Amino acid sequence: MSDNHPINVRGLNHWFGTGEARKQAIFDVDLTVARGSLTVLMGPSGSGKTTVLTLMGCLRDVQDGSICLLGHELMGAGNTLNEALRRRLGFIFQAHNLHGSLTAMQNVQMGLQVHRLNDPEAERQAARHALSLVGLADRMDYLPGNLSGGQKQRVAVARALVGNPDIVFADEPTAALDKESGLNVVAMLKKLGEQRGTTTVMVTHDNRILELADRIVTLEDGRIVSDTSPVRD
Amino acid sequence: MSRLLQWLFGRLPIGWLQLTHSRTRFAAAIAGVAFANVLVFVQLGIMNSMATATLKPYEFFTADIMISASDANSMTEGGNVARQWLFQAQADPEVTLGTGIFVGNTSWPRPTKTLGLTSFGIDPTLPDFLSPVLKPKLATLQLKDSAILDMATRGLPRDEAAAIRPQTPASFEVTGKTVTLYDTFQGGGGFGGDGYMIMSDQTFLSLFPARRSAAPDHILLKVTPGADPDEVAGRLRELISDKSLRIRSYAQAKAEDLSYQQTKRPTGIIFGFGVIIGVLVGIVIVYQVLSTDVADHLSEYATFKAMGYPQKFFLGIVFEEALILAVFGFVPGVLVGTGLLAGMKKATNLPLAMTWEMAVIVLIGTLVACSLSGAIATRRLAAADPADLF
Repeated sequence: MSDNHPINVRGLNHWFGTGEARKQAIFDVDLTVARGSLTVLMGPSGSGKTTVLTLMGCLRDVQDGSICLLGHELMGAGNTLNEALRRRLGFIFQAHNLHGSLTAMQNVQMGLQVHRLNDPEAERQAARHALSLVGLADRMDYLPGNLSGGQKQRVAVARALVGNPDIVFADEPTAALDKESGLNVVAMLKKLGEQRGTTTVMVTHDNRILELADRIVTLEDGRIVSDTSPVRD
Repeated sequence: MSRLLQWLFGRLPIGWLQLTHSRTRFAAAIAGVAFANVLVFVQLGIMNSMATATLKPYEFFTADIMISASDANSMTEGGNVARQWLFQAQADPEVTLGTGIFVGNTSWPRPTKTLGLTSFGIDPTLPDFLSPVLKPKLATLQLKDSAILDMATRGLPRDEAAAIRPQTPASFEVTGKTVTLYDTFQGGGGFGGDGYMIMSDQTFLSLFPARRSAAPDHILLKVTPGADPDEVAGRLRELISDKSLRIRSYAQAKAEDLSYQQTKRPTGIIFGFGVIIGVLVGIVIVYQVLSTDVADHLSEYATFKAMGYPQKFFLGIVFEEALILAVFGFVPGVLVGTGLLAGMKKATNLPLAMTWEMAVIVLIGTLVACSLSGAIATRRLAAADPADLF
C-alpha cells in the first residue's frame, strides 16, 4: 500500500490553541495520494490546506487521526523519525527561504548535505546540474540578495529537488514566477513524477497550473469539499 | 578560509559564511572579543607582575626555613622576631646555620623625586644565605655604611645606575648618615617601593637607630642536606615556646606570601575581579553577537529543520561561530595586550610582560567563554519552528 500510496491520511483532526481558545482547524480529513502523482490542494485562505500540508510533511505533530507517510505512522512519531522522513521530502516555500549568506549553489548543496554523502565534488556537480535544469547555470555563485524573486524561487526549487526526494511539498511555488517559469517548474515536477515516481502535493491558487494536476483537492473550513481529477484530451 | 573550514567540518562552513556576510558586524564582534581579551591580559599581566614583585626579595636569599612574626604576611612587613629563637632553633640536630635579616624602608631624595628603597640588612659574614648572584658582592658590604643598590630602581636613570661601581660610588644621606653605594644588582621595582638596597646588618642598625640587633625581622635557617625543611619546621614549631611565630619552610613562606597578596590584599582582589569582569564582558559580547545572529537566521534554520537537519547541526553552526570569534578576537587581543603591557612596563618599571602561559590560558579561556556563550545562544534555536515557514 505504502509503495503505491506514499501518503495515507485517515480521520485527521487538528486544533490550534489551548483551553477556551482552542479551535479546530481540520475536521476528519481522509486523503490517499498515489505515487508519482501531482496533487493540488486548493481552497480559500484559512481553509486548512497549509495545515494539512505541514502535518503530512512531519512539520507538525499529529494530534488526532492517522497519517502514514512513506510507510511510517506519524501519530506519536519522535524527532528522530520525523527528521529521517523529512530527509526524504522536498519542500518548496512560498517565501523561498534561501540562506542569505550562501550562494545559489551552496543553497542547493544544502539540499544534499543533509544526506551526508561526504563527497563535496559530487555535491557540487549535482547542485550545478539542478541549477542548470531551472535555468540558473549562470547565476550559481550569486548570493540570494543579488537574484530576482523568480530566480530565488527557482533556486529553492533546485534545492528541494536535488536530493531526489520521494515526495515534494510545495506552498505556492509559482507565486513569484512569471507564467512561463511557473509552468516550467510545475512541468518539471510532473516530469519527475513520471520518470522517478516523485509525488508532489502542492498548495496553490494559481489556476494556470491546474491543467497539469492529476488531482485537485479542495478544502473549506478544514474539510475536504471536493476531490477531482481533471479530464484531459 | 572557507575551503579550509569546509575541509575541517566536512560540510559548508555556514557559521563562517554567516559571520563574514556582514563584514561590519563581523569586525565589531571581533573587536568586542579582542577588547575583552585585552581587559583580561592587562589584569593578568598586573597580577603576574604582582606575583613576580612579591617573590623578588625571596630571590635575594637562599634558605630552607624562615621564622617570622605572626603578622608578617610578606617579606617586607610585620613585626620583629627575638633573636633568641634563632639560637633555640639551632638546637635541632638538622638545623646547621641561621641568621637574622632586617627589613626597613629608606628614602633617597632626588632632584625630581624621592626614591623609596626597601632595604635589607644581612650578616655579611654568612655568604651561604645570599643568592649566587649577590654572593660576589658581599665583600663590598663589609665596608662601613656601604650598600648595593637595585639597578632597576624606578625613577633612577639607567646610565646613572650603571655608573655606580666600586671605583665610582654614589652617596646619599639617610637620617643624617651617609650611605655609599658601591655596586648594583638586578632587582626591580614592586608595588611597595621603587627598588631594593642591601647592606650589612651593622649599617642597617646605624641607619635605623630604633632597631635592635636582637630583634631582626625574619630568621633564616639552613638544614642539613637531604633533610625535609617542612619536617624540620614542624619540629621547630614544637620546640620553640613562642607559638605565635610563623615557622615555615622558605618555599611555603613564598607560597603563602603570594597567596596573601593575590587573595587578601585589596590590589590582588581588585585585579582578580578585573579578570572575572573581562571574562564576563567577553561572554556577554559573544552571546549578544551569537544570539542576534541566531535570531536573524531563524527562518533559514527553520528551513534546514524542515529539510531534516538534526539539532546537533545547528549547535555545530553556533559553536563554529563561537570558535571563529574566539580565535579571530584572540589574535588582535594578544597583540594589543602585548603592546599595552610593554607600554605599562616602560611607564612603571613593574615586571609586566606577556607570557606564553598567559596567552595560552587566555586563548583557552576565550574558547571556553565563547563556547559557553554559544551554548546559551542555542536556546534561541528552539524558536525556529519549520511549521511557521508555511
